[in-house]
Amino acid sequence: MSLHEIIIAGFGGQGILSAGRLLAYAGMEENKQVSFLPSYGPEMRGGTANCMVVVSDKEIASPVLNVCSALIVMNNPSLEKFESWVKPGGVIITDSSLVHTKVKRSDVKVFEIPATKLATEAGNKTYSNIYLLGKLLTETNCATPESFEKALYGILSKKKHYMIPEEMEVLKVGMGY
Amino acid sequence: MGQKLLMKGNEVIAEAAIRAGCRHYFGYPITPQTELMHYMAKKMPTIGGVFMQAESEVAAINMVYGAASTGKRVMTSSSSPGISLKQEGISYIAGAQLPAVIVNIMRGGPGLGGIQPSQSDYFQATKGGGHGDYHMVVLAPASVQELYDLTVEAFNISDRYRIMTMILGDGVLGQMMEVVEFRDDENIESFDKPWAANGHDNKREHNMITSIHLDPAVLEQWNIGFQEKYNLIRQKEQRYELYNCEDAEIILVAYGSVARICKGVINQAAEKGIKLGLIRPITLFPFPTNAFEEVLDIPKAFLTVEMSSGQMLEDVKLTIEGRKPVYFTGRMGGMIPTVNDIMTKVNEIREKHS
Amino acid sequence: MAIVFEPPKALCDVPMHYCPGCTHGISHRLIAEAIDELEIEGKTIGISPVGCAYNNYLYFNCDMIQAAHGRAPAVATGVKRSLPESIVFSYQGDGDLAAIGTAEIVHAATRGENITVIFINNTIYGMTSGQMAPTTLVGQVTTTTPYGRDAKYSGYPVRISEMLATLEGPAYIERVSLHDIKNIKKAKAAVKKAFKVQMAGKGFSLIEILSTCPTNWGLNPVEALKRIEKEMIPHYPLGVFVGADLEV
Repeated sequence: MSLHEIIIAGFGGQGILSAGRLLAYAGMEENKQVSFLPSYGPEMRGGTANCMVVVSDKEIASPVLNVCSALIVMNNPSLEKFESWVKPGGVIITDSSLVHTKVKRSDVKVFEIPATKLATEAGNKTYSNIYLLGKLLTETNCATPESFEKALYGILSKKKHYMIPEEMEVLKVGMGY
Repeated sequence: MGQKLLMKGNEVIAEAAIRAGCRHYFGYPITPQTELMHYMAKKMPTIGGVFMQAESEVAAINMVYGAASTGKRVMTSSSSPGISLKQEGISYIAGAQLPAVIVNIMRGGPGLGGIQPSQSDYFQATKGGGHGDYHMVVLAPASVQELYDLTVEAFNISDRYRIMTMILGDGVLGQMMEVVEFRDDENIESFDKPWAANGHDNKREHNMITSIHLDPAVLEQWNIGFQEKYNLIRQKEQRYELYNCEDAEIILVAYGSVARICKGVINQAAEKGIKLGLIRPITLFPFPTNAFEEVLDIPKAFLTVEMSSGQMLEDVKLTIEGRKPVYFTGRMGGMIPTVNDIMTKVNEIREKHS
Repeated sequence: MAIVFEPPKALCDVPMHYCPGCTHGISHRLIAEAIDELEIEGKTIGISPVGCAYNNYLYFNCDMIQAAHGRAPAVATGVKRSLPESIVFSYQGDGDLAAIGTAEIVHAATRGENITVIFINNTIYGMTSGQMAPTTLVGQVTTTTPYGRDAKYSGYPVRISEMLATLEGPAYIERVSLHDIKNIKKAKAAVKKAFKVQMAGKGFSLIEILSTCPTNWGLNPVEALKRIEKEMIPHYPLGVFVGADLEV
């Protein structure tokens, strides 16, 4: 049985919620049960944002998480808030361009990727979340790159489809980082 | 098999209403049900429907009263403070026996409160938030798929009994995305409405939609009729889900998103060898008393879990009538009960009854 | 024997409950005559208010809906948007329309909602026994202004027709009076025109009818009619505020 309970957290505007929706959509493409629960409210205006994504073979009991198997964080406060939520043996992926505090846990796998820096150098800052998602796919197998690509086509509006090949390249960099 | 989509709860309610034949929506903006309104604003004009942003919740519910009077399928949606404003119209709709569907995506109160999820409008929904001896049918979905299925069903129930039906959700259900299948339209029923005020065309007596009866003897007769209807609904429309109740030591009672959290608790407890079950009321009015009779002998105790100070708890106690101990745990103000909150209470109860 | 005079078909043959000398009966008759003459009874839906006219749904022979206090314009909106081909009118007093229902009437008007509003202004709450209305004149004695309305304390009487005339939505707004035969005829023409405006799809129409309340004014019916002319018309001038040139 596979059960992925994923939390993605950072600031509003970093693509936190889009990243979560993409994962849920990719899971659906693989005929898995999925749920996506965003934080809502003033977060939209640039405060903290987070979302909870569950991808499972079986009926999802709760879309509201109190622990997770994987955590992606894109700012310091999010690491502070969610570090303790990760189950032993779980995965923490940080955007090390923005998260400067170190993960204290020793019973989880930690990956630091300077995603915002990489994205800025590559010319599109909005791709930073994709690097991190790439690493998540490699470490958890919660979805295949193929279904992730389908998710991009399913979620992005048609006028943004031209960006997808580039985003898939970014995903692959993230996967191999 | 219908189409399968990953959709947000609020949007699914809107799409379900449209598929159920609702072409009239009147609303006023409020978080966290906004996406429902946006969806209606976008979709209704493309299918010849009516979307109207009213000047207030008070006006919106009265527009619903008008549209329902003509026999059309009609919906409004709001969140707690807005639902309070609608209570005047809700009481009139109850008095005039009009079918209508009202969505309450609850947030924490009282007053302006907050915008995070809550279940603190249970009393208001099930006991009558407006004045007078009335009820509406209250449905409590717990998944995005159920938001679809129960919204369709809400229109059928409303038309069948000439009654309002409320979809009682919360911010979690409204905001979350899950995969939804738009089931085939065979569940969508249509009803004759000879009572409607839609123009008599000189072919019948004039119809009158009203809730005023100044002669108390007449008004009492109306009320007796209402109560007979509510009793019929109590007999015929109770819905609930039993989850792992067969050999449960403690049976949890929870509805909506909290029921989902409880399922998580039950699964996690099972791994530790603790047997818990769940009664999930799907109809809050009528309260599913049958569910309790079905499993009453099984557990040592019942534990009601809510995002409120313990509102459904009263119905649970009234149903169990002291035959088994009933406990409560809950969070308020937009806080969501955690697995730990619930397990702490479970352990406390187990110790007491060991 | 030739029949020279009949009640309008759009009125039911039932006794009305209004006080002696009250002009509600005349207003009802004018609306019913207009409905008969335009042959629209079969597709007309009326909205009853809360106030003395609360149960006029029993009097009009078309389909009728009784609304909550002040909400008739919202209910009418729901009906009209559901049945665009129907003719929808609301019948509202000054407490109903100008106090508790101010938001609903302003927004129905500014939307240009294609409905007809019959607004009865008698400067007082009738049904609840003579309290101050938003339209009560300065100095007027009511049960809640027993020393006369003091503008410094209770503010000034509101002129609804003039206020709504500042909006772009309305197609036709006129104030008429029922204090003599000549004016009753003018009122009839205005009510009929309002329905025709709606039938032509021109948008929102409102006829404000200056009316009496002999019981709560403490006047006999004749004195009451004179009060309209002497006291009300100087504050509420008659005339067309929107749509004077509108031909339908």
